[in-house]
Amino acid sequence: MLELILISTLNGVLFGMLLFLMASGLTLIFSMMGVLNFAHASFYMLGAFFGFQISRYVGFWPALVVAPLLVGVVGALVERYGLRNVHRHGHVAELLFTFGLAFVIEEIVQMIWGKAPVDYRIPPLLDFTAFTVFSTNYPAYKLFMLVISIGIFIVLLAVLTRTRVGLIIRASLTHPNMVAMLGHNVPRVFMLVFGLGCALAAVAGVIAGPALVTQSNMAGLLGPILFVIVVIGGLGSVPGAFIASLLIGLIQTFAVSVNASLTDLIGTFGLTLDARSPLAQLTNVTVAQIAPVIPYLLLVLILVLRPTGLFGTRET
Amino acid sequence: MTEVVATRAAVPVRSWLAALRRHGLWLVAALLFLGLPLVFRSGTTLTMMSLMGIMIVFALSYNMLLGQTGLLSFGHAVYYGLGAFFVVHAMNAIIRAKLPIPLPAMPLIGGTAGLAFAVIFGSVSTRRGGTAFAMISLGLAELVESSSLILRGFFGGEEGVTTNRTRMFRLFDWNFGPQIQVYYLIAGWCLISMIAIYALTHTPFGRMCNAVRENPERIEFIGCSRTMVRFIAFCLAGFFAGIAGGLAAINFEIVNASYVGLQQSGIVLLAAYIGGIGHFIGPVLGAILVTYLQIMLSDVTEIWQLYFGLMFIAVVMFAPGGLAGLLMIHVPLVRARVLHLLMPPYALLLAASSIAGVGAIVIVELAHRLTVKATEGAGMRLFGISLDAESAWPWLVAVALVAGGGLLTRAAWPPATRALSDATAAAQGAERS
Amino acid sequence: MRYPNALLISCLCSLVPIVLVQTPAFAQDTVRIAYIDPLSGGGASIGEVGVKTFQFIADEINAKGGVLGKKLEIVPYDNKLNPQESLVQVQKAIDAGIRIVTQGNGSSVAAAISDFAAKFNERNPGKEFLFLNYAAVDPVLTNDKCNYWHFRWDANSDIKMEALTNYMKTWPSIKKLYLINQDYSFGQAVRAAAKTMLSAKRPDIQIVGDEMHPLLKITDFAPYVAKIKASGADSVVTGNWGQDFALLLKAAADAGLQVDWYTYYAGGTGGPTAIKQSGVNHRVFEISEGHANIPHRASQDFEGVFRAKYEIGLIYPRVVNQMRMLAAAIDEAKSLEAPKIAAKLEGMKIDVFDGGDGFMRKDDHQFFQPMYIASFGERSDKEPFDEEKTGWGWRIITRLDAANTMLPTSCKMDRPS
Repeated sequence: MLELILISTLNGVLFGMLLFLMASGLTLIFSMMGVLNFAHASFYMLGAFFGFQISRYVGFWPALVVAPLLVGVVGALVERYGLRNVHRHGHVAELLFTFGLAFVIEEIVQMIWGKAPVDYRIPPLLDFTAFTVFSTNYPAYKLFMLVISIGIFIVLLAVLTRTRVGLIIRASLTHPNMVAMLGHNVPRVFMLVFGLGCALAAVAGVIAGPALVTQSNMAGLLGPILFVIVVIGGLGSVPGAFIASLLIGLIQTFAVSVNASLTDLIGTFGLTLDARSPLAQLTNVTVAQIAPVIPYLLLVLILVLRPTGLFGTRET
Repeated sequence: MTEVVATRAAVPVRSWLAALRRHGLWLVAALLFLGLPLVFRSGTTLTMMSLMGIMIVFALSYNMLLGQTGLLSFGHAVYYGLGAFFVVHAMNAIIRAKLPIPLPAMPLIGGTAGLAFAVIFGSVSTRRGGTAFAMISLGLAELVESSSLILRGFFGGEEGVTTNRTRMFRLFDWNFGPQIQVYYLIAGWCLISMIAIYALTHTPFGRMCNAVRENPERIEFIGCSRTMVRFIAFCLAGFFAGIAGGLAAINFEIVNASYVGLQQSGIVLLAAYIGGIGHFIGPVLGAILVTYLQIMLSDVTEIWQLYFGLMFIAVVMFAPGGLAGLLMIHVPLVRARVLHLLMPPYALLLAASSIAGVGAIVIVELAHRLTVKATEGAGMRLFGISLDAESAWPWLVAVALVAGGGLLTRAAWPPATRALSDATAAAQGAERS
Repeated sequence: MRYPNALLISCLCSLVPIVLVQTPAFAQDTVRIAYIDPLSGGGASIGEVGVKTFQFIADEINAKGGVLGKKLEIVPYDNKLNPQESLVQVQKAIDAGIRIVTQGNGSSVAAAISDFAAKFNERNPGKEFLFLNYAAVDPVLTNDKCNYWHFRWDANSDIKMEALTNYMKTWPSIKKLYLINQDYSFGQAVRAAAKTMLSAKRPDIQIVGDEMHPLLKITDFAPYVAKIKASGADSVVTGNWGQDFALLLKAAADAGLQVDWYTYYAGGTGGPTAIKQSGVNHRVFEISEGHANIPHRASQDFEGVFRAKYEIGLIYPRVVNQMRMLAAAIDEAKSLEAPKIAAKLEGMKIDVFDGGDGFMRKDDHQFFQPMYIASFGERSDKEPFDEEKTGWGWRIITRLDAANTMLPTSCKMDRPS
């Protein structure tokens, strides 16, 4: 039991950090343009595939650096030539543009790498067991993922709060006109932030690719969860995204290990339901079965009760 | 005295003509729906026209939310699907109990189910607008889609729920077995729904929805509650989506979880947006186009999804008014009879961009052949011509087409826009004079 | 008024696409078979493999003279893994004059097509079509929802479990069994069959876990693996396929889980790669009607030629049986009409692709054939073929004759008079 809790906590924190890598970029982009980037998970997927392709030629470590840079450049180009043109048509148009972009990126990835999973391996340097908790081995690669995620978070926080560039970015997010009047090139700042956000997602892809299956449907699997995190954490708040990512990561990991259902709960009060009644179908559902759905429940609850999210400052 | 008598005698005729001019188009539409199957008789065309009818109602209901009230929803298929499920269960129950309820009444049950769920979910979602509303709709859609695997009794699990429309009570000896009868049923409901939705857009309520879309804050100043307006619009949209779902259930006789899924919601969003959300006719055009492409495009190419996505992006970037928006620009020109002036520059532009487009398609298809289908060899057929993807010359021709077509398009674009603005000015001048 | 004009324009525009619908010319000299499966999107990798398999066998039959002097032609239709879309594609096939439809990926799609076949054939006498199911394994299709026009060549999931449990009867080292499956109809069927059959045949086996996880949504199976470990199981029975199988095995390898895996679809696309990556040598077993390394000359020659052409292994040996039986039925019936072919198909016996007797049972149109249990790992001289270029291959552990896999059916078929 304790083993299960420990392992689940570790895995939950790990999954949460991975989600945070992506959600942080998404939050930054949202703060900047007021539009949720549907294609954000697609950049995560691009990062994984670029990482795979580059690691086949020069190895994993160069890929860790080069792939996110490439994806960042792609993201910046998308912002410069795509999103900027659509901006004048309104928020709906921007959202739909990213929606269509997600579609197209998935198709192009399928065209180049096929529809089957690709053989993206853990680098041999990290392919060992880090430690053993009771009887379960914890792979070193997962620790590496954790370390990289935390490291990037610290770097991001430092850059945003302690450097001049970070100052300009933060100012542009809330007062773009004023910053422009002070002589900074605000559109260039936006392009930079978009590229940075995409690069963050790509880093998540490069390191998650070997652990999870690298396949062209990766984006569709993680995409909706990202929105849930950003909304729950609070639109526009990076610390909020951090808390929400950890929360969702832990909830999802713990929920799948819980086999209890409402029937069990009712049973503790000494009541039983006729197994064939439709209500019984509903209460027989275990927590593990609805584990992937819990984030959406939270999403609806938060949006109804506290639309600014847990730490957010803006509503839309 | 005689003047008064004369005008009183003239009024009935004039108002009759005016009424015909206002509503005559519906008559034309009805005749068109009636006459189409007589011209196109193949089974596939009948099925396709039935699907177009269903999609028209669905897309129009969606546009009540998006175009009229400014609410972007990613989960509209929930009401479509739930309407379909209720209709299919109702049909099975009616068949079992042998009640004398005819099949044509069933979409109403679907509409009621859609309305009921729209009331439940709408009370929660419509408190917010904009992105928050979109996210709630996404969350709700995911919830319903996931619960479809849990509540197996209602959703029928993987296989869904089936029914048999020929076993229902027969009115006038119609058993609705043949597809043509189903087509007429769908066409009838489609016409009724179109008229109803059109009429709704012209009520004061419809105008209030537009006001909420434009400036939700200001509508509170005149005493209307924006939440109430959004809520009612949401419920009505759910009602018509449920009708569309009921028609789909009758058409396919099988309903499963994909009816409520995100993909279905995405398709109706695509259809409404490509058609044009700013005009009533937009979703109709979009529904027809998207249904046609869905059915026919996958026969022509395997990467139809890529073309879909690119088309969608192109519309979002270059023609946010959609097809209807593009057509509407030319309506004053038709009335001022200056449309013919546009023909030459438009024809040139069309030719140039077609050349570029063909070149781009060839490149994409060649790339697809070389990458994904590498094991099937490099030979392929495109536009009726056999090509070898590994040899150089198809690539060179394609690049030449793209380059040449691109340059031509750039050259042809300014004259076309100039001709358009000239013609528009001339039309406005003609109107004023 | 602006809108009525628009209505007129749009009505005219709407005629354009309808005009462009092409009805393909009816080629009189080929016998066409519609292949309806996903050819785009997520399921396309499987659908494409199917097309190639069908094409290959059609070529083989054509080389021997075809059927009734005509050549077989496979016409692919993309159903995007959607049941409604499949019905539209079936309609298109019927319009094009095709009377034989085959499909396999997705029991929900198969159920929709089977249902449509029954209704359409009843309402349109003279235009009947056959539905040949090569891979949809939901048992209900040959039990409660059976119909005369549906024939299935894949052993359904209950039959596979019957074969598997018959094998487990002879393997006393299995003491604690863990069930983990995807939460949808197939996974539920596997789990239900496993529980019933094991309690009848090996009541001493303790089922220490029964897990249902959401289909294709889990990205990290570590918590599930932790539960399996905690239960002390020595064997796991799972129907997982695709990424659910690959990720499960990866997580198990990461955690150092040492169990035997009894699976249905370890040999599916991506499975062998996942097993090799996890380094699990000869502990993953699969129950299937055919593997490349079965010591039968004819099938191994066939496999060699197939791999040389397509660079992938033959995943669907049952398709060979299906096509050969179809050709034989058409030749025997001397007709291309569905009712006559169906009458010859049911009850037909053949010598199956991998050697042994197989027959199509009349009561429920389910094909019974020998089943094999094989394990995946390092090859020896007896295993000439590897899978997915991993170097590892399937080693045959045991074979169960068709008679050893039979199950009763609840089918009450409506036969046309």
